[in-house]
Amino acid sequence: MTSDTQSSLARFWDSDIMWSFRHSPVAIVAGLVVALIALAALFAPWIAPTNPYDPAALNLMDGFTPPMEPNAFTGNSYILGTDNQGRDVLSTILYGTRISLFVGLSAVLFAMVLGITLGLIAGYRGGWVDGLLMRIADVQLSFPSILIALLIFGVARGLIPPAYRETMAIWVLIVAIGLSDWVQFARVVRGATMVEKSKEYVQAARVVGAHPVKILIKHILPNVMGPVLVIGTIGLALAIIAEATLSFLGVGVPPTQPSLGTLIRIGQQYLFSGEWWILLFPSIALLALALSVNLLGDWLRDALNPRLR
Amino acid sequence: MLAFILRRVLQSLVVMLVVALVSFALFRYVGDPISTMMGQEATIADREALRERLGLNDPFIVQFFDFVTRAVQGDFGISYRLQQPVMELILSRLPATLELALVSGVLAFVFGVGFGVYTALRRRGWLSTAIMTVSLIGVSLPTFLIGVLLIWLFAVELQWLPSFGRGEVVDIGDWWRTGFLTPSGRASLILPAITLGLYQMTLIMRLVRAEMLEVLRTDYIKFARARGLSNRAIHFGHALKNTMVPVITITGLQLGAIIAFAIITETVFQWPGVGALFINSVRFVDVPVMAAYLMMIAVIFVVINLIVDLLYYAVDPRLRVERAGAGH
Amino acid sequence: MSTVTQDPLLSVRDLVVEFPTRRGTLRALDQVSFDIAPGEVLGMVGESGAGKSITGSAIIGLIEPPGRIAGGEIRLRGERIDNLPYEQMRRIRGRRIGMVFQDPLTSLNPLYTVAQQLIQTIRTHMDVSESEARARAVALLDRVGIPAAARRIDDYPHHFSGGMRQRVVIALALAAEPELVIADEPTTALDVSVQAQIIDVLKEICAERGASVMLITHDLGVIAETADRVAVLYAGRVAEIGPVRDVIQHARHPYTRGLMGAIPTLEQDSDRLVQIPGAMPRLNAIPQGCAFNPRCEHVFDRCYKERPVLQRAAPKHQVACWLTEEGGA
Repeated sequence: MTSDTQSSLARFWDSDIMWSFRHSPVAIVAGLVVALIALAALFAPWIAPTNPYDPAALNLMDGFTPPMEPNAFTGNSYILGTDNQGRDVLSTILYGTRISLFVGLSAVLFAMVLGITLGLIAGYRGGWVDGLLMRIADVQLSFPSILIALLIFGVARGLIPPAYRETMAIWVLIVAIGLSDWVQFARVVRGATMVEKSKEYVQAARVVGAHPVKILIKHILPNVMGPVLVIGTIGLALAIIAEATLSFLGVGVPPTQPSLGTLIRIGQQYLFSGEWWILLFPSIALLALALSVNLLGDWLRDALNPRLR
Repeated sequence: MLAFILRRVLQSLVVMLVVALVSFALFRYVGDPISTMMGQEATIADREALRERLGLNDPFIVQFFDFVTRAVQGDFGISYRLQQPVMELILSRLPATLELALVSGVLAFVFGVGFGVYTALRRRGWLSTAIMTVSLIGVSLPTFLIGVLLIWLFAVELQWLPSFGRGEVVDIGDWWRTGFLTPSGRASLILPAITLGLYQMTLIMRLVRAEMLEVLRTDYIKFARARGLSNRAIHFGHALKNTMVPVITITGLQLGAIIAFAIITETVFQWPGVGALFINSVRFVDVPVMAAYLMMIAVIFVVINLIVDLLYYAVDPRLRVERAGAGH
Repeated sequence: MSTVTQDPLLSVRDLVVEFPTRRGTLRALDQVSFDIAPGEVLGMVGESGAGKSITGSAIIGLIEPPGRIAGGEIRLRGERIDNLPYEQMRRIRGRRIGMVFQDPLTSLNPLYTVAQQLIQTIRTHMDVSESEARARAVALLDRVGIPAAARRIDDYPHHFSGGMRQRVVIALALAAEPELVIADEPTTALDVSVQAQIIDVLKEICAERGASVMLITHDLGVIAETADRVAVLYAGRVAEIGPVRDVIQHARHPYTRGLMGAIPTLEQDSDRLVQIPGAMPRLNAIPQGCAFNPRCEHVFDRCYKERPVLQRAAPKHQVACWLTEEGGA
């Protein structure tokens, strides 16, 4: 490592944002939980005791094993117990988190790219393009995003031939959640663009023959990084919740690739018969994930802009 | 005043027309109605005949006009899945949803405003901190999870309240079935209403708190304090009234959101409302029901928006003057 | 103190106001002392950030937390008011000390009519009926120069122009007949053409009622025309205080002389126009000794070591500058 990168690392550590991070126990704990969950999800195939997707590894006799107790028939014992099909709950949670995080991150990324692009266009072009985009944004904002996502999901299912519905489901889900969530990004970027557009360097760029849009992107993106990061973090929590909700409703990921929402849906069916662990552990995992990301977002918002309460 | 209302109504009509267009596009182009209605073995000639009879060969604008005309009369066709008129299906399930939405809306508003004001005034108190912390957990808890956990606690473990359905219902008039009039109907409402209202309550609470803190920082509150007005007059007269102006708007819009969010709650509690109907139509690509539901939600949103605007107008004298023009 | 011959209405002694922040405690006011006699108009000048408004807030007991009075005392007719319980202090606000804020556009609650706000204020402090309070309110509005007061009283604030609104604000501040009115830059936000009128109205009514005024402004011209005495604040400290004529014509503190240079006067001494280089220090970087030492052209050793105390320079005229003691200027 060169001294240059070392000093820039040191500068990052000393920056206001890191100062605020180091002095916020909530942010540290939330950050640790998110990091832990993300790592566990990333390395699920290596750390999970079993592979819940491998039908050959499943033994129906293992079903409904309570946590930390040997199964009545097979004598196998699982830390968090097993579900109705004999799948290890810990493993399904690890793999499920992987899917939840993947869908959530992809959806936010999609919303971010779409929102920033449309925001730049609306802010730079102005006129009817701006009017149209912002009207769409207004209408969309006045409807709950989960409804928009459901609708887009329903339409997409109608448009996709039945044979491909299962394989395309995850991508449809990502697009549906992403499309329901671009507005916030677009608004921030549009505002910043409108402010910057009128500044002299943009006019000057035109004179020297550089494309003003290129210059705008170069100048605006750093300016809006803060708000975009905040919206993105809070958006990630929302996307994770949206995915879980859709999967819980049975319209999300296919049952062959259960996400946390699917697991909770399965667990709910065994509430009355007393197999509480099938429901409880995935619920805790989802709550820990959503809450930690939300807390990080909240902290980030306060740290980047102390005026926002 | 009249001009203002007229303009708003006109805007609402435009929004409705756009939603109708989306709805129609859904209806017409998503999934093939012919194959859905006729099955695999129908001949091409049969299909063509049906296509002609249903008017599917007419120009787009004619079809759209037909769609709107029929929609205005409440005709959204037949559900692919249930083989019943869509309008009948929706109407028979609407009372369940409206009763649920009403109760949770009132809960959310009353507790949201109450907690919001309290946490704004006692900013550093331990109870405020506790409420704010719990509210953050509330925002992070997906609605369905709240419902499931409530069922687990109150229906399975404690066995205090029913976990699904509406309980015993009573018919009022021709098509309104209410759960308000029987003990089991009321008991059945509690858990779903809390589930549905909790998220909105947190939103309203955080909004009221933020607005109230903002208002408490304004010059006119400082001036009111400098005149020695009592805390009660300042907090509940001056500050709360100003806080409520933006809160009314958002809360009104939340009412629409509640009806939409009812989809989730109704699924969790097997509540026989329109939300459960809609989710099944998405699952089975039952396009006429989806289209009709979309129109219904749009109507509700537009009507609520209109009412909110009028309320806003009634609360804030500044708006009245701009409209009235030559006042003084 | 020998500057005041009769018992003062308001007496501020060694007032210290502090704001704790992440990077240490800021001293916004540092041992500020002055008196206001009954019926007197005291002008308070200084750059923004010098502590003028905070002095006003401290007197009326409305310093925004986390700011707090960390030392000294404030007495109203000899009775200490800086440490009163909230409810007792509330009864003094409006009733004995009135306050006029800077911006009339934001000082009035937009959702209540002028009548509602006036009547509420009157009835908070006086045991009168609704109709009696209303009659008083109309008379008050009439007195501050609102035409057709009986009719306009039921209008909302946004119906009034800026100047008219500031008259309403004055009416509100005076509604319960306070003995002291703190006017915090009452004309800064107004159109130049109405500034003088507003000051006149304020001064006249207070004179009629024998109320004292503490007029906070950065405009020495206003002070010269209106005040009996003037206090000059610099970096949270009183630099100079004395009768207006004395201070303007024979300013002792180099900072005051600089301020005088900033306004054009019709009087003599135009050759004495002084420019002050530099800017007032931030509250977290006030130098040792005299706060003015980095900008002072007459600075010498002692200014870096010891903080100058207020001392008599002429009858009723006090200056916090070592030059005065050394017999300079």
